[in-house]
Amino acid sequence: MKNKIIEIKGATKAYKDLKVLKGVSFDVEEGGVFALLGSNGAGKTTLINIMTTLLTPDEGSVKINGFDIEKNPEAIREVISLTGQFAAIDGILTGRENIQMIAKLRHLKQSGQVAEALIRRFEMTEAADRRVGTYSGGMKRRIDIAMSLVGNPKIIFLDEPTTGLDPEGRLEVWKIIKELSATGTTVFLTTQHLEEAEQLADKIGILHGGKIIALDTLEGLKKLFPPAKVEYVEKQPTLEEIFLAITRKKEEK
Amino acid sequence: METANKYFLKDLGVMFGRSMRHIFRSMDTIITVSITPIAIMVLFVYVFGGAIETGAKNYIDYIIPGVMLMTIGSGIAYVSYRLFTDKKSGIVERFHTMPIARSTVLWGHVLTSIISNGISVVVVILVALLMGFRTSAGIFSWLEVFGILGLFTLALTWVAVIAGLAASTPDGAGAFAYPIIFLPFISSAFVPTDTMPAVVRAFAENQPVTPIVEAIRSLFSNQPVGNDIWIALIWCVVIIVVSYSIAMRMYKKL
Repeated sequence: MKNKIIEIKGATKAYKDLKVLKGVSFDVEEGGVFALLGSNGAGKTTLINIMTTLLTPDEGSVKINGFDIEKNPEAIREVISLTGQFAAIDGILTGRENIQMIAKLRHLKQSGQVAEALIRRFEMTEAADRRVGTYSGGMKRRIDIAMSLVGNPKIIFLDEPTTGLDPEGRLEVWKIIKELSATGTTVFLTTQHLEEAEQLADKIGILHGGKIIALDTLEGLKKLFPPAKVEYVEKQPTLEEIFLAITRKKEEK
Repeated sequence: METANKYFLKDLGVMFGRSMRHIFRSMDTIITVSITPIAIMVLFVYVFGGAIETGAKNYIDYIIPGVMLMTIGSGIAYVSYRLFTDKKSGIVERFHTMPIARSTVLWGHVLTSIISNGISVVVVILVALLMGFRTSAGIFSWLEVFGILGLFTLALTWVAVIAGLAASTPDGAGAFAYPIIFLPFISSAFVPTDTMPAVVRAFAENQPVTPIVEAIRSLFSNQPVGNDIWIALIWCVVIIVVSYSIAMRMYKKL
């Protein structure tokens, strides 16, 4: 039995009269990728904000890495990081300075070396000393995630990490997430794209109507449906496949 | 909590360094802040000044304290704006999920405001010297002038923090500063208050700008400062205490 790194029991949260979370309960085991699925407004971001100590629940208990978020938020902040829905970066600083700033705020020695290592890992050497404000959307997201990896947190929360990215940017983020989970980091991500959860997640939770209505592996969730029928369908390339094929050809020339 | 407070100074250093980089990478903010007060100074000295009877030998000597306060008034709008941007961009949330002393997010901007407004005031003084401003003030009087200006900046900066935290648009974040910029006009900064109608005069003589202006004017002309300096100090301290506690309460709810 693996360690439970997230334990949530009966968490509720309301904004005035609007009840967003109506008793959310679930556990997440250490390691691997957990995807929280839900439509817009389902409360995914609220739940992430609670787990990352930005909000407190109205009722219920939330434990991260064994610590209660209300009693011991400091201990939780030592082991988590959050990459929010919009790239939370300083556009006037360079990529390197952004990473260094986070390293200093995590009170690491040798922030310069930490930054250099991450810049290499994310293959951003060329852009590292330009202001982040000049970066493309995909590069902003990359530096954003790189900032989240400073100090090797045990759990990384990614709130809709691929929203607003082009197909290449999305594949790149997927690659980063796969590598992360391979190193043993627990990745908790939210998404509206079912395909994304299918590609990445070891476990999938579905948040709907303020509650977790399903939680299982992809295989397990598939069993909830009647057995698959075999049908013969002509395989058309998707527009995404066409787009990627054409743009890659261009680059090779 | 303990671990976070242990790092207060270290975290403050990082936040301050970040915000100062913003200033030095956009020197235009210093120029924009200084340009309006300089234009007003030029207008008053060369256009209206000849017709204004102040009793002072040199009109620019008379208005320089008010112009310095205007400079600070326009400088603090940037504090609100930067804070608003931080809040909107999500970087404040990022900081809040980290094991840092949280109040340094505000203190970094406040410290930067003191330094950058100081630079703007020095720019304005240099222009005033070119335009004929002269003072016999010694080093201690200058220190006192900068002390008052520093307190005034601190007071207005915390007001600016409230505006930045409360704003929902970038324009809204800066708009609160306009009344502050114009406060010196309804004071003894440009003209003596005795020709004003009773109601206006009562306002002018009992708002914070007048005692600050009077105190600085006396310091520059080597006159005794009297009660003005104490009234000025009380105004500044009261504004600091009130706006700081409101700002901190709002910040904790963020």
